[in-house]
Amino acid sequence: MVESGRYRNLLAYFVLTVGIVIVAFPVYLAILASTFDSATIINGNMPLLPGNQAVENYHRTIFIGSARSTREPVGTMMLNSFIMAMGIAIGKILISVLSAFAVVYFSFPFRKTAFWIIFITLMLPVEVRIYPTYKIVADLGLLDTYTGLVLPLIASATGTLLFRQFFMTIPDELLEASKIDGAGPFRFFKDTLIPLSITTIAALFVIQFIYGWNQYLWPLLITTKDSMQTIVIGIKKMITTQDALTEWQIAMTTAVLAMVPPVLVVVFMQRLFVKGLVETEK
Amino acid sequence: MEKRALFSGKVLPYALLLPQLAITLIFFYWPASQAVWQSFLMEDAFGLSSEFVGFENYRFLFKQPEYYKAMVTTVVFSSSVAVLSLACALLLATQADKSLRGGHAYKTLLIWPYAVAPAIAGVLWMFMFHPSLGTLARPIRALGLDWNPMLNGKHAMILLVLSATWKQISYNFLFFLAGLQAIPKSVIEAAAIDGSGPVRRFWTIIFPLLSPTTFFLIVVTIVYVFFETFGIIDAITGGGPAGQTTTLVYKVYADGRLGGDLGGSAAQSVILMVIVIALTAIQFRYVERKVQY
Repeated sequence: MVESGRYRNLLAYFVLTVGIVIVAFPVYLAILASTFDSATIINGNMPLLPGNQAVENYHRTIFIGSARSTREPVGTMMLNSFIMAMGIAIGKILISVLSAFAVVYFSFPFRKTAFWIIFITLMLPVEVRIYPTYKIVADLGLLDTYTGLVLPLIASATGTLLFRQFFMTIPDELLEASKIDGAGPFRFFKDTLIPLSITTIAALFVIQFIYGWNQYLWPLLITTKDSMQTIVIGIKKMITTQDALTEWQIAMTTAVLAMVPPVLVVVFMQRLFVKGLVETEK
Repeated sequence: MEKRALFSGKVLPYALLLPQLAITLIFFYWPASQAVWQSFLMEDAFGLSSEFVGFENYRFLFKQPEYYKAMVTTVVFSSSVAVLSLACALLLATQADKSLRGGHAYKTLLIWPYAVAPAIAGVLWMFMFHPSLGTLARPIRALGLDWNPMLNGKHAMILLVLSATWKQISYNFLFFLAGLQAIPKSVIEAAAIDGSGPVRRFWTIIFPLLSPTTFFLIVVTIVYVFFETFGIIDAITGGGPAGQTTTLVYKVYADGRLGGDLGGSAAQSVILMVIVIALTAIQFRYVERKVQY
């Protein structure tokens, strides 16, 4: 029989605990830094237990912002990030559920062509075509807009593939039954397909929300106004001002605030998150 | 695989496909083809006119020592992260696979870094190892090592590798754990009855059975390091010091934006596209799960 001795389990607990500590330590430091004033951090002897500046730091960060960099309240940045993440998640689900429905449930000329046109985009991350995409968005007058932040990122094959795969597992009898009952495509879509897909939709939503919230290169390129920047961009600007002038307590408070929404999503929707991750393989 | 029963419609299927196809054509195919076209053009010094120069941009690119340097940097960066993050993730996954009390909590506590943005991960590690105020940099400096990732390219690269690995472990851990749980217990028990110990079982049974997962994760991690670590690099080093942490993707960005060399940047984009397509093709060859068309 397979050994399950006490010592082997102790070793497992030990390895896992060390892993968890290493994983958590950088974040613990950021949380610590968000509770001290600037001087305590800069002199390089930050204590390893929290200080008493938390209320002051979070209040200033959210409502006022860093005095020396963009001067934009981080609350605004979080709102921008939230709108972008929601836009990307919802937009992607909408367009990909529709296109998967067409590809799976209709017969029409060029069906395979359409599928391949979408499928190939898996291979073209935004990073390899940044400047031409930037130029198109600029020509369309979409710089510094939410539409410009969201639209180019919602087209990708992941969602379509995921829904296609799921639709394939739905028994044909359901469609035949709906047809006998006289349901057209819209009825079938609304009353049968969508209710069955709810878990898949939720899983994709979780993954895409995190993906959207964490975007970096694209918002960096197309937002020029401070009022449009996202939190992930904002924090970088706080740190690259003259190094000695970096307000580390504000920057680290911002880092904590930037991590909270996506981490909460992973922790509280873990089942959906894992499902989404494994099924999109992304 | 095809459905037996289908709808037929002349207009409806196209209408359903329209939003996705329109966005795909406008934001994928058009810019990608523009990148290819631009890579054959050269702009004059003022960016007012451009002329067709054939493969001149590519030829120029392959004459630049910086380009080879960026290639080497990319290979070093991605292979270090792949080896480190896969090894750590596999170690943690094999431990978490044992039936432990509170196993679920351990899993939760290990997977959340997936949700942290690469740029934020970079900022966290920069703060921890900042030469003058970093909590972990002080002990290193106290040992007499002149630790300074802002001036020393090697130190900067170590910091990048650590933060990129930190973020990728959770993803690899999840897939390894799923892979381990899919191995039938009977196989392992049979080997145990035949008298092979845990270490031998791991290397002769578990590890070979995991190899599709491992292969998949190697490709995913390489793609991750190629593209998604842009945020980490930009936040920690900005490609410096002296270009020592400039990867291929970072160079596309820097040459196009800071250098204004759009033709050269486009040629680099095209080369990257070829690399991604090759990586994806390899991935599908060995992990033919996604598509049956």
